[in-house]
Amino acid sequence: MNPIFNDIYAALPEVFVLTMAMVILLGDLFIQERYRFVTYVMAQVTLLGAAMITIATHTSAVGYAFNGLFVDDPLSDLLKLMTYLAVSVVLVYSRGYITARGMYRGEFYVLVLMAMLGMMVMISGQNLLTIYMGLELLSLCLYSLVALDRDNARATEAAMKYFVLGALASGMLLYGMSMLYGMSGSLDVSQISNAILNGSPDHAVLILGLVFVVAGIAFKFGAAPFQMWIPDVYHGAPTSMTLFVGSAPKLAAYAMTIRLLVQGLQNMVHDWQGMLIIMAVLSIIIGNITAIAQTNLKRMLAYSTISHVGFLLFGFFSGTLNGFIASMFYVASYVLMTLGGFGIILLLSRKGFEAENLDDLKGLNNRSPWYAFLMMLLMFSMAGVPPTIGFYAKFAVLQAALQAGYVWLTVFAVLLAVTGAFYYLRIVKLMYFDEAEDHHAIRTSPDMALVLGVNGLAMLVLGIFPQRLMELCAYAVLHSVQ
Amino acid sequence: MDYPILSYSIWVPILAGVLVLATGNDKNANVSRWLALFGSIASFLVTLPLWTRFDRNDGGFQLQEGANWIPAFNIHYHLGVDGIAMPLILLTSFTTVIVVLAAWEVIQKKVAQYMAAFLIMSGLMIGVFSALDGILFYMFWEAMLIPMFIVIGVWGGPNRVYATIKFFLYTLLGSLLMLIAFIYLYHQTNSFELVDYYELQLPMTAQLLIFGAFFMAFAVKIPMWPVHTWLPDAHVEAPTGGSVVLAAIMLKLGGYGFLRFAMPIAPDAANYLSGFMIALSLIAVVYIALVALVQQDMKKLIAYSSISHMGFVTLGMFIFNPLGMEGAMVQMISHGFVSGALFLSVGVLYDRMHSRQIKDYGGVVNTMPTFTALAVLFAMANAGLPGTSGFVGEFMVILGALQANFWFAVFAATTLIFGAAYTLWMVKRVYFGDIGNQHVAELKDINKREMLILGVLALMVLGFGIYPQPLTEVTHATVNQLLTHMAQSKLPGM
Repeated sequence: MNPIFNDIYAALPEVFVLTMAMVILLGDLFIQERYRFVTYVMAQVTLLGAAMITIATHTSAVGYAFNGLFVDDPLSDLLKLMTYLAVSVVLVYSRGYITARGMYRGEFYVLVLMAMLGMMVMISGQNLLTIYMGLELLSLCLYSLVALDRDNARATEAAMKYFVLGALASGMLLYGMSMLYGMSGSLDVSQISNAILNGSPDHAVLILGLVFVVAGIAFKFGAAPFQMWIPDVYHGAPTSMTLFVGSAPKLAAYAMTIRLLVQGLQNMVHDWQGMLIIMAVLSIIIGNITAIAQTNLKRMLAYSTISHVGFLLFGFFSGTLNGFIASMFYVASYVLMTLGGFGIILLLSRKGFEAENLDDLKGLNNRSPWYAFLMMLLMFSMAGVPPTIGFYAKFAVLQAALQAGYVWLTVFAVLLAVTGAFYYLRIVKLMYFDEAEDHHAIRTSPDMALVLGVNGLAMLVLGIFPQRLMELCAYAVLHSVQ
Repeated sequence: MDYPILSYSIWVPILAGVLVLATGNDKNANVSRWLALFGSIASFLVTLPLWTRFDRNDGGFQLQEGANWIPAFNIHYHLGVDGIAMPLILLTSFTTVIVVLAAWEVIQKKVAQYMAAFLIMSGLMIGVFSALDGILFYMFWEAMLIPMFIVIGVWGGPNRVYATIKFFLYTLLGSLLMLIAFIYLYHQTNSFELVDYYELQLPMTAQLLIFGAFFMAFAVKIPMWPVHTWLPDAHVEAPTGGSVVLAAIMLKLGGYGFLRFAMPIAPDAANYLSGFMIALSLIAVVYIALVALVQQDMKKLIAYSSISHMGFVTLGMFIFNPLGMEGAMVQMISHGFVSGALFLSVGVLYDRMHSRQIKDYGGVVNTMPTFTALAVLFAMANAGLPGTSGFVGEFMVILGALQANFWFAVFAATTLIFGAAYTLWMVKRVYFGDIGNQHVAELKDINKREMLILGVLALMVLGFGIYPQPLTEVTHATVNQLLTHMAQSKLPGM
């Protein structure tokens, strides 16, 4: 068989998503406003199709394509499946919201799919340039998504900030990559690894490159001290876009970290460990303490994200396979929690009203005990209280850090987790202990009600039976990272 | 009849709670009430075979059930009880029935959620008492906070938000340190099984740190002085049912934790720190009793009295002799009945007068004679009157303390004076004397439902006071085994 077919076979999900995005882009031009539903269904079908292709072409072996530019391993397959799921949920949650705000247009779906394509390329990137290309595709789509509501001054401002800082971070990443290339003579992740192991090129330049690469990664995750954009973008962007920006891209950022730091720079583990420790600790401090002072729900969740990223880095800096598995589990549960949390905000918003202040949650238990219960599960999960999945996420990363011998850092993280529990509890307090100020009936489409219910209950079900998800993460990491 | 009793004991109340939650709304609150009552009685009945099927000569874990749960971390669903856990489980399921009955007319808003919270909490607490796997234990331990948080916050008094958040954060902090201890032990043994931890040899530094982590979790929960400050707040703000469960069961979880985890896993540290623990216990016994003396609020007074009594429990545990430890067990069970009954009595008054201040009462005996008779009985039991269950535990602990050190016993015995002082003074001001004001004159005596609840508790208090044998019989073998285990050093190379 012609080798090009092998290459395309490995990248079949990407090819499919790209094709479908183009079809939707063109097809949407011919669809009347009242048949817009077709675009939505096509986007969902794309995700379903991509998932089926990914599952059908899955093998437990690592396969390279396009001369090593692209890798198709269990890790990439699993992360892609999670991405499809997250994006699909995003589409379900955001439909009502964007319809009410005049953003229910074909561009939304095309941009989301293209952003997802960028994530897929990042996830499968085995070459610095592939990774960078995927990252840029993702970022550019996200900038435009945030600015999609162009008459909204706050969203435009958020998009501008996001763009300027994002471009800066991409520049840093690229600069770091160029130094790695200069020192190792290759852009291929595994060849860089070999070059560092064999020859001992100028270590100082390598470290400088590493610093820039880590800074780029930290920006994409939103880890302190590169967290500035997170609150502003989360707050300013339309909530449906915040939902998207805050969820799926973290999976891609996880993949990028694995590819660059773990696979590419594994021999410099002692150099990046220290940086990650500082970032993790700073993120947890800044995220948890600043979140207490927030009155805006979206901002609060933004700071909560920063603290979650800190915990996630705990898995990474332990530098063991056990730790990477734990981080992957953390990312997966973080994405689920974030989807649910912003899902509830979208649920409470309606035409002409943005539910984004903490007070908008007041008395939710009186308005709808079911959604209050779901939100409570989500909040306890974010706080890491069993029996929710958030507990196992924290458990997994903390045990990895302890295993690596970081006892006092773990104790420290735990103390700040208690601080963090306060602002999650405050949400529960608002929902359960206070009287409602807003008495509008909560209206939603049946598909959103169903998905949100499943999303919320997943906190509990996965919290009681986490084994399957853990096995999957372990399988993916152990078969892909050597 | 062979069925997994412990699993049933845990899951029947939880499922009943979910059922109540799913079917309930305030339009047909009576459905929720009856369903909850039925569920709680069923849960009590499934725990009863524990008493009959328990082998009193075996000090180890009995009625064990095991299954793989999360193989990725070698976590098992492993349950079992010994003579320490079994009576506490029965106490839990019994108290739940009482709490459901006590809430019958009092709780009028969100009845289903209230009842469900208590049923679910009951299942989770039984889970805590029967879990033999570290993470399983931790799951139940933390999950139990959620319903209590909601109960205090939704149905509590004016300052409920402060109280409930304080309660939650205090407990969470201690628990998370305990989690770190579990993870550390996991990396030592590659297992979360409690029995593996019992066999594990640990150097002194590790033992001290582990003991410290467990101490943070359990001392907060009992609570010991000086980490007790959440308790008066939580008690005062909680609805009657919440106070009852807090006092009767949740405090016991701390004592249970010491016996189950801290002492057998780190015996050398426990021995090393026993002087410290005894000192804290005696401060609680004496100082907190004095604090109780000056309280103006009945619930606060009982809350401080609980802390003082729990000081007795920890004292009994850390003098390391059979008499003290069995005394601590008897004291825990007895306090479960007595403090629950005291809070219910305050609840009875509060439902009628909407005040907990002692000065708003006076001469209640004139209008509520039956109720006063029972309430005074419970007060006497609290003060440790011979013939009530309160006496047995205190007496055993004092005897045990006497064997250990004369002065321990002297300080401990002051409680018989202080306890009588604060309790009787309250009784005098609330129940006796002339009718204090117009509201007291209009009081109606207790109805049949209240009579039933308090009557049953009075029987238990008197029963265990006169004939504590069944209880000591159950705990005897386990306590001996625990003390034998504790006497062997677990330092490496010994």
